[in-house]
Amino acid sequence: MKLRRLAAAVLVAGAAGLGAFTWITAPARSASDSWQGLGEPDIGNGERVFSEGGCASCHAAPGATDANRLILAGGAPLKSPFGTFHPPNISSDPKAGIGAWSLQEFGDAMLRGVGRSGEHLYPAFPYASYARMTPRDINDLYGYLRTLPSSDNVAPPHELPFPFSLRPLLGAWKFLYLNDAPRVVLANTDAKIERGQYLVEGPGHCGECHTPRTALGGLETAQWLGGAPNPEGGQGRVPNITSGEGGIGDWSAGDIASYLETGFTPDYDSVGGTMVAVQKNMARLPAADREAIAAYLKAVPAH
Amino acid sequence: MNLKTMTAATFLCLGAAAATGVAVAQEPQAARQQMMKDVGRSMGALAGIAKGEKPYDAEVVRVSLATISEVSKTFPDQFPAGSETGAETEASPKIWENPDDFHAKAAQLGKDVDATLAALPGDQAAVAAAIGPIGKNCGACHETYRIKK
Repeated sequence: MKLRRLAAAVLVAGAAGLGAFTWITAPARSASDSWQGLGEPDIGNGERVFSEGGCASCHAAPGATDANRLILAGGAPLKSPFGTFHPPNISSDPKAGIGAWSLQEFGDAMLRGVGRSGEHLYPAFPYASYARMTPRDINDLYGYLRTLPSSDNVAPPHELPFPFSLRPLLGAWKFLYLNDAPRVVLANTDAKIERGQYLVEGPGHCGECHTPRTALGGLETAQWLGGAPNPEGGQGRVPNITSGEGGIGDWSAGDIASYLETGFTPDYDSVGGTMVAVQKNMARLPAADREAIAAYLKAVPAH
Repeated sequence: MNLKTMTAATFLCLGAAAATGVAVAQEPQAARQQMMKDVGRSMGALAGIAKGEKPYDAEVVRVSLATISEVSKTFPDQFPAGSETGAETEASPKIWENPDDFHAKAAQLGKDVDATLAALPGDQAAVAAAIGPIGKNCGACHETYRIKK
């Protein structure tokens, strides 16, 4: 009898704990006044942020080039150890896309991984990096996306096995892995390195592929930018971009900036794989931004 | 063992070594890797001139472009069945899945580089203007058909 009562008590406490945890980690919206006073979006800067983030790489149709890259109808399936994700339509279509979203709704998706219906979004959408972005850049990107063509394409739902199909579980993932703290704390920074840190850790989300992941799919930040297996599985490895072994320690900052502009390594090997699209985006940025990224990569700890 | 036998044995060994050597040199993985290295060296020579790090030299420009042209024509045939793996190949399985597109990409490179060869860039600025369009072919093919190890 005593044992039974104890077991019941444990069950009740467990259920209460689970309930409390789910409640604590439930999707949380930003305060509605936090998006006021940003003024009219700077469309030119929004276009730059669009290149920094490489939105088209996932959200435009696979293989889309030139003007078709700007039709964000939903892209190629993204494979992961947890299942297959289908990047949604983020075109300006009010029904199929995000044309009817408010700035707050867009900002909550970008910085907090919260969808328009208040649901947790899957971190295949790299909001755990975007969380570092400034409200100004979010506002400008929001403005720019609204200038792009609309598409009524509806992307298929994600194909995720149980239990990854349960969105409330993402609250625990966010509890572990979502924050806006710097990925690395650097001594002796200057404005250039800080700009590079912002671009790499925030909108550029470089660490999402170049840093290994834990079994739960969070970034192993102790190995920040130290190279990782291909996150989509299969063959190949994403290179170490620190100065550590197998990394790019023998590249000068000028070599890195030049690679991002032209796609050629110092010994004239060329960019390949999914980095081709990234490099093309980096080539669209002002030279000072590529130099800032290079300065930051020379400053991060070697792994 | 008499002298005759020894001589015969020596020749036999030499012959075997030579045969092995030829086999190694003809291994398609090694042959195509060497071809890409040649292209990289040629691009490097052209870029050195384009950036003004090396003086303009018409012969260097011509030889570099000719090397890339030659490789573009023979390279796609270095992927016979059975050479999908081994020798640290970075070739993607997609080469064997889409051979037509793979050949088309090489042909595009050949077309671009031959056009440049026909009107040989006459100074540093012309080299700089020419290598951009040629260089785009590298990434265009590596995007799909190379796996970085």
